Formats: sequence, structure tokens, C-alpha cells
Amino acid sequence: MGAYAYLAPSNVSEALAALQREADAGNRTQMLAGGTDVLVQMRSVDRGERTFVDVKHVEEANHLDIGDDEIFIGAAIASAILFENEELKGILPGLLESSDLIGSTQIQGRATIGGNLCNSSPAGDTIPALIACGAICVIASPGGNREVAVEDFVTGVGTNVLSATEFLIGFRVPRPQGKSSSAYLRFIPRTEMDIAVAGAGVALTLDDSGTCTAAKVSIGAVAPTALVVADAATALVGTKVDDAALAAAADACSVAASPITDKRGTVEYRRKVVGVLCKRAAGIARDRAAAL
Amino acid sequence: MSKVHVSTSINGDAVEFLCEPHQSLLEVLREDLNMTGTKEGCATGDCGACSVLVDGRLVCSCLMLGVEAEGVELTTIEGIAGEGGLHVLQQKFLEHAALQCGICTPGFIVAAKALLDKNPDPDETTIRYWLAGNLCRCTGYDKIVRAVQDAAQELAYEA
Repeated sequence: MGAYAYLAPSNVSEALAALQREADAGNRTQMLAGGTDVLVQMRSVDRGERTFVDVKHVEEANHLDIGDDEIFIGAAIASAILFENEELKGILPGLLESSDLIGSTQIQGRATIGGNLCNSSPAGDTIPALIACGAICVIASPGGNREVAVEDFVTGVGTNVLSATEFLIGFRVPRPQGKSSSAYLRFIPRTEMDIAVAGAGVALTLDDSGTCTAAKVSIGAVAPTALVVADAATALVGTKVDDAALAAAADACSVAASPITDKRGTVEYRRKVVGVLCKRAAGIARDRAAAL
Repeated sequence: MSKVHVSTSINGDAVEFLCEPHQSLLEVLREDLNMTGTKEGCATGDCGACSVLVDGRLVCSCLMLGVEAEGVELTTIEGIAGEGGLHVLQQKFLEHAALQCGICTPGFIVAAKALLDKNPDPDETTIRYWLAGNLCRCTGYDKIVRAVQDAAQELAYEA
């Protein structure tokens, strides 16, 4: 049963119909965005025949809307295109720097934030950044769109909440208001082209006195899925995000992490580094917010 | 298994081909269209030897399906030289001995052209980061960076 096939639907309803038709025929389907993970996996760990459903021609998945209250980022927009958008970079610096860290110039030209999330790697760089900025997944589903917070999307290593007849259209992100900003940092042994040993995304809001009134912290590559660290956010809120608050947030991240030892780093090392990354990312987010 | 008909543009020429749905653009270029200037290094997007431009944007042709070329404008290494001879980048790679075995060279030339099209006056750090997705195991990169800097200068004089 099955063979390779390729479909390029032009809108959500066509895409849903294609997924349903293939499922009814007993064919395996795979959504294709930038393809930078899919093609590598197809040549190595998973050569199974399937029907590719290309999301890049789905109109709704290419929308980028920067509204006063909310931003919509289509799942099919290449990272390089997002990073060239200076307005978006100013509003969501943490998210854009997380996607810009992934791969080479060549990869940036194809890879998407939507694809990074759907690949659902524990080390996906955009995932803690998406969680920190409060992004919500808009999922096309046979019964109509449904929404899932990014922190609830990934269910394990390489797995997520999408069924075979659903796909990710894009993200709704609340537009940061007032003195609000974000940052994402990861550690890799090289300067470029590597997979995170640990990563931390921080988004926070300051009042006019410089006191943190809201914060969200997420860490990656230190557990099967990216984690929300509520204790780290609590450590920042109500403070001037000073050294003591940063140290407390770092400790909370180190405690929350449950990493593994592999070729990229040991458990002890990752616990330590993820705290350092949280501390530095929070400092960057604080300085960015203060400058607004 | 049924082949897919694809209409595309390669180096300004309208091109049609049939390919398997899972064939990479790199395989189509090299094996079906006999355009062997684009090289296969790793086939996993790590080395950049297969770099081409898709609607002016630098990509690895090993990480793109041939069917995804439908309706786009492709530029390969074969389209870089003008009718009057080598592109300045190609000339400067020769002058600076920026190639030894040569397998990575088409990818570097295409990637460097994409950079200079976007940023005609890149500093060394910009060049090195832009070309981080192109691996060379012979030159040690310095000669490549010098060639790109020299080409940028020459293109600036020509402009």
C-alpha cells in the first residue's frame, strides 16, 4: 500500500480535504513546510512512502498580520523572510532571534517556525521562545479551527497533538504592550550550525519604575519537551530584575530541568547552563523593555 | 509510482521536467537535467555544495523536492557567468586560489553571489557568517573570504 505523492493545496479547506482523502485511502500523509527536517529524515531514519501535503501554497499559512493587540504568523513563512521584517523584530525580538539561530543561510531560506514546532524536537530553538511570548497554535481541523497553547502542543520527543487530518496554520501571539520585551539564548559548542545543549526564552513587562509586573520563562533541550518554569517567572515579578532576582530565576530553571546526558552535554552541565542562559536572557529582555 | 510534471525556470530558461514526488531538486538537476555544476556533498543540508537560488533566495537543493520547483525561478552555478565570460566572483576565486579540489566551489560562488546581491559591501564577519553553511575541507576559508571581499570591491568600482 502507498507510494510517494505530492499535493499543493492553495487554502485550508483544500488542504483539509486532501488530508482526509489520503487518510480514507489508507495513505500516510506528511505536511511539508520548509522541508529542512523532513527531507533529512526521509533519507535516514524514516524512508516510508507517504503523500506530502505542501503547506507553502496554503494562503492562510502565509499570512503575517501585525495588529494592535495581536500578531498572526503563518506557519509557512520562511525564517529569513520573518527576520527581514524590522517591525516584527522590534516587537518579538526573542522569537525572531530564536528562529534566526537555526541552521545556515541556506536553511533560513526554507525553514519555518511552524515546521520547527511540528518537528517537536526537545531542542527546537523556537519552542521556548514561542512559549515565552504566549503564542497559541491555530490548528486546522476537520471540525473547524482549534487552538492549543504552544506549551501544550508537543507531547513528547518528536510527537505532538496533531492528528493525521489536521495541520498547523500559524500562531496567534498577544502583542507585547508598554515596556514589554523578550529574548532567547541557547548554548552550543560552536558559534553557528549546531543543536542546542540548552536554551532559555524569557518575556517580561516592566512598569514605569522598572519593576517587573509580568514574566514568562521557558527552557528547552533539558527535558523531553520545552518546559514552562513558573518559579522563574515568580522570581522576577515584583523585582527590578536585579542580580538577586536573576540568580533566583536561574536557580528555578536549574531545578526545573530534567536533562539527559548525551554527546552534547551531561545532566549536571545542562542544569547549570540552563540557569545561566535564563539569567542572561532575562537581563537582555529587561534591558530591551527598559529601552522602549 | 507516478511522476509529476513540473514547469519551472532555470537560469532564465523555461524548463519542464518529470520527477518522482520524493526526488530532491538536486537529484533532478544532476541526474535528469544533466546540470552537474551543482554538487552533492552531504545531501543533508550541512555542507552547502548544492546551493542554488530559488526566487533569489539561497537554499540547499538537496533539502528541496524537485516538485517544489513548480513556478519558481531557479539560478544554478551554470547561470552565474555572463555572456562576456566569468562572473567577477568566479574570476576572483581563480585569482585568489580560493579553490583546491573544487567540489565546494559552485556552492560558495552561488552563496557569495546571493550575499553580494543583498549586501554589496559586507565586512569579513558578515561574509564568514553568511558562508557558515558552506563547508570547504581544503582552503581553510581565508582565501575564499579574500576572494569575496575582492569581488565586492571590484563590483563596487564597476557600479
